[in-house]
Amino acid sequence: MSAVIDVASDESPMGVPLSELGPASARVVAGFGFWLFLLSDIIIFSALFAAYAVLCGETNGGPSPVELFDKRHVLIETSCLLASSFTCGMMMIAMERRQAGLVYVWALVTAALGVLFLRLEISEFIGMVHQGAGPARSAFLSSFFTLVGTHGAHVTVGILWLLLMLAQISTLGFRPMVVRRMLCFSLFWHALDIVWIGVFTVVYLGAHA
Amino acid sequence: MFGKLTWDAIPLNEPIPLITVGVLIVGVLGILTLITVKGWWPYLWREWITSTDHKRIGVMYVILALVMLLRGFADAIMMRAQLALAAGHATGFLPPEHYNQIFSAHGTIMIFFVGMTFVVGLMNFVLPLQLGVRDVAFPVLNSVSFWLTAAGVLLVNVSLGIGEFAKTGWLAYPPLSELAYSPGVGVDYYLWSLQISGLGTLLSGINLTTTILKLRAPGMGYGRMPVFCWTALASNLLIVAAFPILTATFAMLLLDRYVGFHFFTNDGGGNPMMYINLIWSWGHPEVYILILPAFGVFSEVIATFSGKPLFGYRSMVIATMAICVLSFMVWLHHFFTMGAGANVNAFFGIATMIIAVPTGVKIFNWLFTLYGGSVRFTAPLHWAIGFIVTFVIGGMTGVLMAIPPADFVLHNSLFLIAHFHNVIIGGVIFGAMAGYTYWFPKAFGFRLHEGLGKAVFWCWFIGFYLAFMPLYVLGLMGATRRMQHYADPTWQPLMQLALGGAVIILIGILLTIVQLVVSIRTRERRRDLTGDPWNGRTLEWSISSPPPAWNFALLPNVAGPDAFWKAKSRTVVPGSEPGLVPLAVPKNTPLGFFVAFFMVILGFSLIWHIWWLAVVGLLGAIAVCLRHTFRTELEDYVPVTMIAEHERAHRAHVIRA
Repeated sequence: MSAVIDVASDESPMGVPLSELGPASARVVAGFGFWLFLLSDIIIFSALFAAYAVLCGETNGGPSPVELFDKRHVLIETSCLLASSFTCGMMMIAMERRQAGLVYVWALVTAALGVLFLRLEISEFIGMVHQGAGPARSAFLSSFFTLVGTHGAHVTVGILWLLLMLAQISTLGFRPMVVRRMLCFSLFWHALDIVWIGVFTVVYLGAHA
Repeated sequence: MFGKLTWDAIPLNEPIPLITVGVLIVGVLGILTLITVKGWWPYLWREWITSTDHKRIGVMYVILALVMLLRGFADAIMMRAQLALAAGHATGFLPPEHYNQIFSAHGTIMIFFVGMTFVVGLMNFVLPLQLGVRDVAFPVLNSVSFWLTAAGVLLVNVSLGIGEFAKTGWLAYPPLSELAYSPGVGVDYYLWSLQISGLGTLLSGINLTTTILKLRAPGMGYGRMPVFCWTALASNLLIVAAFPILTATFAMLLLDRYVGFHFFTNDGGGNPMMYINLIWSWGHPEVYILILPAFGVFSEVIATFSGKPLFGYRSMVIATMAICVLSFMVWLHHFFTMGAGANVNAFFGIATMIIAVPTGVKIFNWLFTLYGGSVRFTAPLHWAIGFIVTFVIGGMTGVLMAIPPADFVLHNSLFLIAHFHNVIIGGVIFGAMAGYTYWFPKAFGFRLHEGLGKAVFWCWFIGFYLAFMPLYVLGLMGATRRMQHYADPTWQPLMQLALGGAVIILIGILLTIVQLVVSIRTRERRRDLTGDPWNGRTLEWSISSPPPAWNFALLPNVAGPDAFWKAKSRTVVPGSEPGLVPLAVPKNTPLGFFVAFFMVILGFSLIWHIWWLAVVGLLGAIAVCLRHTFRTELEDYVPVTMIAEHERAHRAHVIRA
């Protein structure tokens, strides 16, 4: 029996509906569970986006968005992150082919781009604090630092996770458990990109709209 | 070195908390000594604390909920006693400072640590059995979720003896909950214990949603799932969608309190109304997270004890999912009086009334299931019928308050208190107790004492009406909620009547303990060897009680709804087919226990600003997780001989019966 199931129809080749085929494989279960986790994470972000939308005009006599944000700076940040999504995809292709060497290379490039993104973000934050535009200055800045900072914290966790995965590949090899975790990592990393596109649009482009 | 923590944190000059804490410490030490003397630690550690078996974890959730019910009820009866006394010139026995902590703790505990814990426990125990599979999707994560909930429980109880609890009400509205107006540690206890247990709830929601959507026995299509699985699906989807909002909202309040941000403050451009919108866009789905699994329990109980398939299965499923969606569109009805304007209020008022439609569909389905059935009036069915009567009344007072002009009069009055206790006691608690009585024989292999079970029901039923019907009247007379004292002595007789009702509920709770003790002592007489004590309809009754670690020797093949009922009528007992293979069951792991241990340290040190200890707690939790990720031996294999032996023994009992 062919294991290939036509995703366009609701039925398997044997005529049994997909929902009646019995328990899904460990890979599907892990991927699906992690998707749900990502959705819940995105809901955290949507609460923070909502807070930013409500508070971005509340500058309390302090600096406003348009005075603070540098478009060119953000463009470089965005490029780093989008490029890292591409390299993450290359890493996953290398993993599907079980090419450990290439996996390490692409993983390190991905992590490096992530670190570069973080470096730019932190320098932006420090610059703002030095201008007297720290998070305690106004409700707008509180919501800005929380939204963008939460994304940055996720990127930090992602980089550490990726390094952990390299350690696991080198000690445990490409066993199914490790492959599943890499799959989850790549979902995580791409989800962060999606969130960043929201940040870029709402926060940085929104300031100049 | 110890942050804000000094000897002043221990309430030495307040006799009531001091005595409570004393009794609590003596009780806990007594239990620990008993366990040590009897040498039960290795057994508890091996079979329960480190267990990844969904059935054991479910049982532990329910035990935790029952224990916290005692704590939450102690708060309740103190409030009722205070209000029965404190009329006119009398001041009662609770000072306002303490009274405020009591109503805040009562609400927090009853919702998060009794209601949530109970329904999550029931879902954990029942879902894999009803779906015909061997465990939940992520057994280790399940253990972590449980222990995170337990960590939250521990922190709430620590606040009794060290420091104070929030005095802000159970949702901690700012600006009152901001540092400027609540400088003590009470709100921090509230926030950190709920952040930690909320993380556990979220992980559990992800786990159970994945289980229902991805792990079902062959043939168990969506249209064949028992209704409890459907309501649990709706409830867990709501957990995944709503709990992150709570986490984010609390995180913002924590940032305000700890590092001077301005999300909800009066100054700096903060917006307290935003908190109230955010918290209720979690809070309204939350009440459906609690009630939907209870609806599922009643559906199972009513179908089983009517000896009929559930009336209108499809309409029940559609109604459940309609409630799931609509529950996100009504949050503003919790604050009609806060100035959103007439049009917005009208929208949310109508949306709220619309929820009564699918709920009404459910009520009629239950009634038509009972109609013409061969009804057996067992204890679980008592709860179900008591629920139908009580919940309809609570639902109607809810629709009444969904009318914005009426709500302007009733907002924050005891009428509201009566309404939501009407639906939460009459719905969630009755449902939890029905489920507890119904599935107890499945979990332990013997039934609970039936007569005492009915006595417990009648105490709750009569006690509820005596305690809360006077509150409706008092609310209409103008009595407000969170009131420690009142000037008008004409309210006092009704307040005393309400105390009488609470005392009857207390008798019901004590009888629950008596019932448990009596049932355990006479368990040999109550033993059920068939695994099917109620003549059930769904798959959990097709296997032995208690079920083996692997649940099903062979995954059942499901041909339609009410799978076990149809299998029984074919006189072929599922699991009698040959072809057994060794089964993998997840190994035990202390991960959940250790993570929770470090999270308690983290929470406690953050509450008291002991920063170095917070770092220890955080790093400890991360370290045990990291260590776990390098484990490769994750499963034990059960040999075929053991499975076959178990199956033979079970089948022999079924045939003899």
